[in-house]
Amino acid sequence: MNNDAKFIDISGVAQTFKTAKGLFPALRDIDLQIAKGEFVALIGHSGCGKSTLLNLIAGLTTPTEGGLLCANKEIKGPGPERAMVFQNHSLLPWLSCFDNVYLGVERVFGKTEKKDQLKARTAAALELVSLGHAAHKRPGEISGGMKQRVGIARALAMEPQVLLMDEPFGALDALTRARLQDELLEIVARTRSTVVMVTHDVDEAVLLSDKIVMMTNGPAATIGEVLPVRLPRPRNRVALADDPDYQRCRKAVIDFLYTRQGHVEKAA
Amino acid sequence: MVSAVFHSPLEASAAEIRSTSSNTPPSCLPVTAAAVTAALAPARTESKPGRDWRGHGRGLALAVLPPLFGLGLLVLVWMLVAQSTGSGIPGPLETWRQAVELFSDPFYRKGPNDQGVGWNLLASLERVALGFGLAAAVGIPAGFALGRSALLGRMFNPLISLLRPVSPLAWLPIGLLVFKGANPAAIWTIFICSIWPMIINTAVGVQRVPQDYLNVARVLNLSEWKILTTILLPSVLPYMLTGVRLAVGTAWLVIVAAEMLTGGVGIGFWVWDEWNNLNVKNIIIAIFVIGIVGLLLEAALIKLASAFSYEDVKS
Repeated sequence: MNNDAKFIDISGVAQTFKTAKGLFPALRDIDLQIAKGEFVALIGHSGCGKSTLLNLIAGLTTPTEGGLLCANKEIKGPGPERAMVFQNHSLLPWLSCFDNVYLGVERVFGKTEKKDQLKARTAAALELVSLGHAAHKRPGEISGGMKQRVGIARALAMEPQVLLMDEPFGALDALTRARLQDELLEIVARTRSTVVMVTHDVDEAVLLSDKIVMMTNGPAATIGEVLPVRLPRPRNRVALADDPDYQRCRKAVIDFLYTRQGHVEKAA
Repeated sequence: MVSAVFHSPLEASAAEIRSTSSNTPPSCLPVTAAAVTAALAPARTESKPGRDWRGHGRGLALAVLPPLFGLGLLVLVWMLVAQSTGSGIPGPLETWRQAVELFSDPFYRKGPNDQGVGWNLLASLERVALGFGLAAAVGIPAGFALGRSALLGRMFNPLISLLRPVSPLAWLPIGLLVFKGANPAAIWTIFICSIWPMIINTAVGVQRVPQDYLNVARVLNLSEWKILTTILLPSVLPYMLTGVRLAVGTAWLVIVAAEMLTGGVGIGFWVWDEWNNLNVKNIIIAIFVIGIVGLLLEAALIKLASAFSYEDVKS
């Protein structure tokens, strides 16, 4: 059980980048435990190192200090067990939606399963984000929201232990964003995935997550506060709008972002 | 080296032609690019205003008439020049008659130095195809390696910068020395001149593969072969084809000059041979033939490039 509570274990992590102007300390003293099946949102002002932290969990970068464990194994590099949904969807424009998803499926299950099974998995993943009808279209032929859904399908089809999302709905309009958030809630409830999501949207963070990690302003950002969100699931955005608990969480995050961390940004 | 052959009356103009042809590689690139956009522009304007018949007709007229006027202007200037030089330069009409006669039998053979213009043209195209094909076989993989590995890039970029501005004709003597034959030396010259645009464009294409796609590859943990076939190749292809187009253009420019020096069979040699026979009409015909073939090569490659490029590359 102890393993499940510390499914992702980040201890004493610091990240310093070498830039043309010298060393830039992006993150310091990051300690964070994420339980299996937990939905965690990373929130903070832009430039506070949210994406840096996510890239560290993904293994795209390695920390300058400290260590990261996933399922008791050190994170040494990127791997398909930690699937990433990128902010700008990052679909390959010369492949159809089906082939984009298939690329990941083939990588993870190609050695153990037959082609028919791989294709079935791909089709099922596209069905999960209700895009079965657009499977053979290319990314250039579908809307931004659909592209982002294909990106999510690609990540989910790999049956990752952790789903990492870097402002997945940031580039979408408010209505599409709300619909995709609802879909994500449903999908995560069904697949019981562990999710780490970077966001700058307070409502999104409160609506989706079990735990909101609020980060101080950079440079040398760190975790300012961790807010547990104990709202019952399934959650409904309309019902929650009047919920006092929801309001309290929302108030806490806004308070952190604009009252306590707002001044620092002005100074910087 | 060959300047002893020049005759007096047209010496200045011939020298000018020669100097421009040997300067070709650096100067030709922007010119061909501009010509390409100019050739494409009327097609675009034609399709835009096309709601009713009048608009459509006007668009068509705008697309067809200006080029015709330009061509007419060329013929007019040609006539004036021909008249002012007396019998030195033949006029358009005489040249046309000669061309009709010439092209009524393009494939004849009367000994090694007297063959139809068709054979000469084919011989030149064959050399270009061979030299260019070899350059593609070496240059494209080299471009991939240079673009993918920072070390190789740093190692070879100064070398390329040093060798690229050298006129390909300067390599001809080396080719003659090494291959001990005129034909392989000409192919070698084509190889040298067409390899640079292909290496450089491919390398630039590889370096400009969006980091997002490479991050996808890293997160999916794809093998290097899979990265090459599913991410690098498709995203580099448009750049590669630009390199190929520039290379073919340059190769076609250089082959004429190279053949003038090496002799044998070929359109460049044919021009030189007709000059020695003082048959200026055939030289003018050759200029048109070279231009038209170059235009066709370019158009074919643009067609190829647009067939292989996909939308949504930048977003």
